Amino acid sequence: MGNESMISLSGMVMTPVLAAGLPLAAINWHSVLFLLFASLASIFAVGVVLADNVVRMALYLVFSLAATAGLFFLAGAEFIGAMQLMIYVGGTLVLLVFGVMLTAQAPFVSIKPSAADRALAGLAGSSLLVVLLAAAVSVDSWQRPGLSEVTAPTATPLGMALLGMRVDGPAAGAAAGAVANGYLLPFEIVSIHLLVVLVGAAYLARAKRRRTPRPIDAAASAVSVVEGITRVELPAALPPRSGSASALVSGGSK
Amino acid sequence: MAAFLINSVGLPEWLAWTITALVAAGLILNVIAGGALAFIWAERKIAARIQDRLGPTRTGGRFGWLQSLADGIKLLAKEDLMPDGADGMLFRIAPYVSFCASFCAFIALPFAFDFVGQRLNVGVFFVIAVLGLEVFGVILAGYASASKWSLFGAMREAAQVVSYEVPLGMCVVVPVMLAGSMDLVTIAEKQAGWLTNWYLFHDPFTFVIFWVYVTCAVASVNRAPFDLAEAESELVAGFHTEYSGLRWSFFFMAEYASMFLVSALAAILFMGGWNGPVPLAALAGLSEGTGDTAHYLVRVVGLANLLTKATLGVLFMMWIRWTLPRLRIDQVMTTCLKYCTPIAAVMFAGAMLWQLAFPGGLIPGMARPAGEIREGWLEGPGGQSAPVVVPSVDGTVAKAVR
Repeated sequence: MGNESMISLSGMVMTPVLAAGLPLAAINWHSVLFLLFASLASIFAVGVVLADNVVRMALYLVFSLAATAGLFFLAGAEFIGAMQLMIYVGGTLVLLVFGVMLTAQAPFVSIKPSAADRALAGLAGSSLLVVLLAAAVSVDSWQRPGLSEVTAPTATPLGMALLGMRVDGPAAGAAAGAVANGYLLPFEIVSIHLLVVLVGAAYLARAKRRRTPRPIDAAASAVSVVEGITRVELPAALPPRSGSASALVSGGSK
Repeated sequence: MAAFLINSVGLPEWLAWTITALVAAGLILNVIAGGALAFIWAERKIAARIQDRLGPTRTGGRFGWLQSLADGIKLLAKEDLMPDGADGMLFRIAPYVSFCASFCAFIALPFAFDFVGQRLNVGVFFVIAVLGLEVFGVILAGYASASKWSLFGAMREAAQVVSYEVPLGMCVVVPVMLAGSMDLVTIAEKQAGWLTNWYLFHDPFTFVIFWVYVTCAVASVNRAPFDLAEAESELVAGFHTEYSGLRWSFFFMAEYASMFLVSALAAILFMGGWNGPVPLAALAGLSEGTGDTAHYLVRVVGLANLLTKATLGVLFMMWIRWTLPRLRIDQVMTTCLKYCTPIAAVMFAGAMLWQLAFPGGLIPGMARPAGEIREGWLEGPGGQSAPVVVPSVDGTVAKAVR
């Protein structure tokens, strides 16, 4: 039981050596799994469009995105696959929560789009599909089924490149001893942006706490409230406690 | 195993790989199901002892050890009810969603060196990502039950899990940083040797962050004192109020599987994984390579090590559950946002600075391998090393990556 005890998907893509005369052995299992995940993703994507319940839509979206993650794992891109699970599938969680909260109210329990909406959406969707298909078909190297073994895929080069150290070495023709530029600056810029977004979100979502007014503000608002009705004599020394300031406000508005 | 089937038994390759996959999946399933049986019995006994009772004593002999089996038969025989207003499809699918999420996380969890369903180089990340998906089942159950109790429980669970993923992720990053890898096998291998090599005892910061991890882990698997989703004193039974029979037991299997999972993760990240406190194998002159029977035995001992540590973690969670009172929802959020997250952030920075200040550890002679150049790929193409070389001083990765 060495390395071979791992269930490696790459083992399935190898040409079956000992076919034993069965027709099953002639099948390219990599393609079968690919078709399985791809059709799952497509079926649930159609389900998202056709369902009329928000929560079911979100659930179908989760399945579709998870099947896409399966495709990434099949391709050996484990980091991208885990990212897909974490960000997209996990992000749909919030969508699901909103769906649940919305459907507590009757008008949103089932969403039935009008015929015009359907036509418009169909038009937009199909034109996008045509563009994507044309682009996919036009790429030459995608037309042949090329299976290449991924040699020890690892996320470390990716992380190191984000830290400014490129693993793949300097570009051809660079000076000897040169190191390829990493992506530290874009990474930091994105990080700062995300931090700003986080702080902004926290600011917007903060609890609106009723603030006890400072004495000076209270006095000023008292003046503005009663302005035009009567003149208020500001006390010579402002009261130090906000409690007396609010007393001043209520007294002023009377 | 697949190579063994192909070479020795002579099976065709596709069949060999399918059998290997099925065996691995079956083993994981048995860990989950058998673990749940054992843990439910243990939970009954521990709860009873903490509350000064005896717990099950009659079913199956002396300690009532067949109680879980009896429970299982009872659950099988129960009527499968569904509320009238329920969304049938979602109601039926919800327990399986929970269970599948737990199951998938086990795929990447190594039980010993090379005893792993699928070794991923982003294993930690995968496990954390998949663990967060378990909440889908709970939310679906809460929504589809058409019951206010269930919906309340589900909403609480959503808020709680989304919040606690932040400090949990931060805690997990520290061992990843120390090991320089997200591969769970590599992380555990780096802690080989004596007890002091465990990341728990790496520095004071990792010791503190381990307890933050424990808190977040308990919260993320919805165990008391964080079991607001099923607060029986206010919400009847929370999200699974309307469930009965086998569907209900799927939720519980998922819960116990998640408990075991986060405990095993804690063991791997902080407590040396399958490396025992004393490096018996190394002292006896064995090493965890591939090959003969002795090395295989080493791995079986490692498996026992990991299972023991994970089981202790689960028992610890039970101890907490029957000792501490349940928190209110605002207290849960306060614990997460005001305590766990800042503490985790500070400890993360502290562990980083400690690594800079004492790269060799405080006790230099304790079996920690001498400095090596970890990132061999940073060397230039012509064999001369590139200007940037990251020296690593705590362990070797060459053995683990191979």
